[in-house]
Amino acid sequence: MEKSEANVTLDLKGLSCPMPVVKTKKALDGMQAGQILFVEATDKGSKADIPAMLKRTGNELIEIEDKGAVYAFFIKKK
Amino acid sequence: MEEKKPKRMAIIASKGTLDMAYPPLILASTAVAMDVEVGIFFTLYGVDIVNKKKYRSLKVAPIANPAMPSPVPFPNILGVLPGMTPLATMMMKSMIKKINWPSIPELLDVCLESGVKMTACTPTLEMTGVSKDDLVAGVEVAGAAEFLDFALDANVNLFV
Repeated sequence: MEKSEANVTLDLKGLSCPMPVVKTKKALDGMQAGQILFVEATDKGSKADIPAMLKRTGNELIEIEDKGAVYAFFIKKK
Repeated sequence: MEEKKPKRMAIIASKGTLDMAYPPLILASTAVAMDVEVGIFFTLYGVDIVNKKKYRSLKVAPIANPAMPSPVPFPNILGVLPGMTPLATMMMKSMIKKINWPSIPELLDVCLESGVKMTACTPTLEMTGVSKDDLVAGVEVAGAAEFLDFALDANVNLFV
């Protein structure tokens, strides 16, 4: 999936736990069902944390791209 | 579709140092983002976390905390010297800044905006002469039974 296909993009690079999860959820809460959210984060825990939050909130993780120091998430709002 | 009952987490925050103010607020803000219902009961020194006169100036002391990182080897007993607590607090604040953590007031705002239920313990308030007006707006006042009523139905119960 490409960043250009996302409805909303979020740059969370440089933020530490819990902010990537908190801000990702806040963005999802403001979106319509079926829309795509693109998130970039550098927090090493976010690779596990964001999927855990998505699982619990019923939102769909489409893809994680591990770009070395940056993780990119494609998320579909439930 | 049947409405699923939300998960619930109850936390007791009993410490008022800068380092120990973070865990309850980090867990609370994360849990609400995971659609968990969260209540924090602030008791004893933990009330400082929601005291407007104190929450911007919480401190951390090196004495009796051998895990406190130090730029130079440092006998723990020297933590009694005047100036050591401000020094340790300054170091802690620079570590917090390095990882771009929100401040305690900012993190409290995140929690309150997202609906974390916050309660300050009544005997503590009476004991320390803190009034409800001294507390951050949105923090309620109650005792042990009210907390237990919430905690008895919680999936996660933590004492910090």
